[in-house]
Amino acid sequence: MLFLSQIINGLQLGSIYALVALGYSMVYGIIMLLNFAHGDIIMVGGYVAMLTIAAGVHPILAVILAILACVVLGVMIDKVAYAPLRSSPRISLLITAIGVSFLLENLAQNIWGANARPFPNSSIIKGSAINIGGVHIGNTAIVTIAVSLLSMVVLTFLVQKTKRGKAMRAVSEDMGTAQLMGINVNNTITFTFAVGSALAGIGSILYCCTYPQVSPTMGSMLGLKAFVAAVLGGIGSIPGAMVGGFAIGMAEVLVRAAGLSDWTDGAVFAILIVVLLFRPTGLMGRPMTEKV
Amino acid sequence: MAMLQVDSINVFYGSIHAIKDVSFNVEQGEIVTLIGANGAGKSTILKTVSGLLRSKGGSIQFTGHTISSAAPHKIVSMGLAHVPEGRHVFSQMTVEENLEMGAYTRSQGEIAPGLEKVYNRFPRLKERRKQVSGTLSGGEQQMLAMGRALMSQPALLMLDEPSMGLAPLMVEQIFEIIKELHKDGVTVLLVEQNAQMALSVANRGYVLETGKIVLSGNGKDLLEDDAVKKAYLGG
Repeated sequence: MLFLSQIINGLQLGSIYALVALGYSMVYGIIMLLNFAHGDIIMVGGYVAMLTIAAGVHPILAVILAILACVVLGVMIDKVAYAPLRSSPRISLLITAIGVSFLLENLAQNIWGANARPFPNSSIIKGSAINIGGVHIGNTAIVTIAVSLLSMVVLTFLVQKTKRGKAMRAVSEDMGTAQLMGINVNNTITFTFAVGSALAGIGSILYCCTYPQVSPTMGSMLGLKAFVAAVLGGIGSIPGAMVGGFAIGMAEVLVRAAGLSDWTDGAVFAILIVVLLFRPTGLMGRPMTEKV
Repeated sequence: MAMLQVDSINVFYGSIHAIKDVSFNVEQGEIVTLIGANGAGKSTILKTVSGLLRSKGGSIQFTGHTISSAAPHKIVSMGLAHVPEGRHVFSQMTVEENLEMGAYTRSQGEIAPGLEKVYNRFPRLKERRKQVSGTLSGGEQQMLAMGRALMSQPALLMLDEPSMGLAPLMVEQIFEIIKELHKDGVTVLLVEQNAQMALSVANRGYVLETGKIVLSGNGKDLLEDDAVKKAYLGG
């Protein structure tokens, strides 16, 4: 029974990691950038939800506003910070991403203060735990897992079946040739940032409902772990990010269940090291080969 | 007015002057070929015409419109398709998805008839339509790259080294297809290292040497030309 509830915990945490990892992986797939500001977009989403609810906005509207804020912020970061560097070396882009991350964290600290503040989770996800055969499953867990899975289904459909999604895959495989198809590469990149940031926004709300507080640095550890998930799954791979997210969530919960709570973060980063040493392309990453 | 009019373009890779004052034109209904050795600048010229590279000065006009500074995706929608060197199929996508990408600038309703036309021309692609295109053979990939370009219903088709790396039988087949396309009214600008094959199907040709056009004429004359024979036709 205890084991089953740990599995549920793992799925809950893993599904959040997966949502965030998707944003990392999609952006990496398309412009080869590890967008280290991705975690901080999550932080901004959390603050927007908290502040709008505190201002009396209906929780559902507040959630929508938070997701929209993430989308706008993600697209803006690309336009202002990354787009001018499209033809620069990748290291410049990476350093810029780290800079944007620091900027957002410090800006948040300046505006909202450095202390963690409580998040009104109970006004977003209501109701109490249900009981299946003696196992208590929290409402938040059910909602988190369901919303995440639904988001992933929608994303998969978008990427696999729609014209926009196919263009995204074409650009991420071969930008020059995609242009020769008549695909507007800049629009496609913007669209990718928008989708990735929307997923971050959803992840943000679910994360804040699970651990009900917001702070300026909340996105950095979450972002790093989701990044590990993306690498484990194979950075650039969408199904990989999903699998990696769930795997990292499970691993973390199992380490905790084994009584090694102090080691959870360490275990996650140990996984990163092992992956980089033995399978740098990750579980589902594509090896870089080209047929001549 | 020529369909494609290129006037004194100059292209640089950093400080390397790759294309020097090149001018040429393609009339509607022609097959025109650019031949020359590896590194002469043939691919660079095609990339400049399709907007992937920029010329310093000069002008490029397509069906009367200046396209020298237009974005590549705009140029495609004007009816100019470019099959890049090395085919560059989207190897993780299926054959049919690749073809759909070719029709990116067309309306949804034009995709199904377009697919049917391409499948009629390349029955092999129809057999493999659900297959991931990275698993196709080189010749099949070339067919896919050409079919994909045709999906945009181009007025001018630019082919960059379509015979590269293919078995002789497949090369014959690809050139047969080029002739068929031409018969069906597609204008073709063909870049080739296989000068013999290219000149035998072309109405006119230009010979390129280290970024400059050194010779031009109709296909037959160039085939007979002593300098061309010596340099490109093995004697």
